[in-house]
Amino acid sequence: MSSSNDSIQKTIIVALSLCLVCSIFVAAAAVGLKPIQNSNKDLDRKRNILSAAGMLEPGKTVDEIFATVETRIVNLETGAFATDAELNEAGINPATYDQTAASKDPQLSQALSGENDPASIKRRVDYSSVYLVKSEGEIDRIILPVHGYGLWSTMYGFMALKNDFNTVIGFGFYAQGETPGLGGEVDNPNWKALWNGKEVYDDQGEAVIRLAKAGVDSSDPQAMHKVDGLSGATLTSRGVTNLVQYWLGKEGFAPFLTKLRSEGAQ
Amino acid sequence: MSDVKKVLFGPILANNPIALQILGICSALAVTSSLKVSLVMAIALTLVTAFSNFFIAIIRNHIPNSIRIIVQMIIIASLVIVVDQILKAFAFEISKQLSVFVGLIITNCIVMGRAEAFAMKNGPAMSFVDGIGNGLGYSAMLIIVAFFRELLGAGKLFGVEILATVQNGGWYQPNGLMLLPPSAFFVIGLVIWALRSYKKEQVEEPDFKIAANSRSQEAL
Repeated sequence: MSSSNDSIQKTIIVALSLCLVCSIFVAAAAVGLKPIQNSNKDLDRKRNILSAAGMLEPGKTVDEIFATVETRIVNLETGAFATDAELNEAGINPATYDQTAASKDPQLSQALSGENDPASIKRRVDYSSVYLVKSEGEIDRIILPVHGYGLWSTMYGFMALKNDFNTVIGFGFYAQGETPGLGGEVDNPNWKALWNGKEVYDDQGEAVIRLAKAGVDSSDPQAMHKVDGLSGATLTSRGVTNLVQYWLGKEGFAPFLTKLRSEGAQ
Repeated sequence: MSDVKKVLFGPILANNPIALQILGICSALAVTSSLKVSLVMAIALTLVTAFSNFFIAIIRNHIPNSIRIIVQMIIIASLVIVVDQILKAFAFEISKQLSVFVGLIITNCIVMGRAEAFAMKNGPAMSFVDGIGNGLGYSAMLIIVAFFRELLGAGKLFGVEILATVQNGGWYQPNGLMLLPPSAFFVIGLVIWALRSYKKEQVEEPDFKIAANSRSQEAL
């Protein structure tokens, strides 16, 4: 190697030109592939919605099945479906509404702190997507997006409820970064199956569904509100309990579900 | 010609990066619980090693000595990001399973090791072949490990059931340990043992000799 390579001038020139070439290369790949990646993400989100509702069928594409699902936007404050005027004002298009981005936007969300924020989500959106599956004009099942903090990560998931808006028919996370093998077991199909048939609300209408440490005793009168906790993952289990209770509670979807129960969907 | 052959196939048995150089163990532990994921990881690493060797070899005579590691890192990192983007676009499911490990190719010792040891001293074509060869050595090891882990841990190969497991009404009680990362240590250890029994020249001289029947006087 010639000594001229080691001059300060040459070092700076090589470093700068290399950075320039590499950054163009990386940027081109990232920008060029973005549309395909986004459609993948979208497909993945739809698949997760359907999988929470137990609607995936072999032989049918996700888009085909998803066409039967109705996406609606709910105003979490009033618990009503957002009107078109409201959506226009907030600049929301139901088909492309990105809830994760909205929860960072001060225009579309409100800050939570301390006691108001058991799920540690920092900001809650004003409008949330919900997914309705109808049969013969009546709501058959409803799928709600939920998220909250576990031990290491914010866990994003969907919970599907039966048309009594109380009984769980499916629950699962589509994005989480918990410890693999411990908290990461939230993705275990056997554990997710335990949610099936559990009831969210008690007689007073409080969201009481929770994970129980050391398992659920079937003779417990509260057993229908309890799901086995994850062994070795106390903090992840606590996070799951908090986020489910928060999103199905008064600050979350409870007003909306109460309204649906009494009025039906318009 | 024989040179090319030696550079290309040498790293598979005679100079395997995992078995002999003991490089790149961490990703070999992490991604080998299923064959499909291992295969994608192997292809990704082979491509990154080959192309990073190639580009580094092209500019090797212009790299200032004082920043050569940084220059190598930038080239490797750019390639890894591109591979990650391509996987996210065309193999989304697999990219989710590989998650952080694609990004960690950047720190894989094999890529860096070959850049420093080979590409800095040889021409682009030969360096490219060396990258492919070492990638193949890594791939061979990954696939052997993944074969045993998936077969014994889940009774499957490429997701297709080979041994009917007890859960599905069969006879095979899967060994859960094989699905956890430590089992890769056992498999790699056994492969190294087999390889060194076959190729005796790979056996290293012991660093020191353990004395026969030695006893500590203090303990008595």
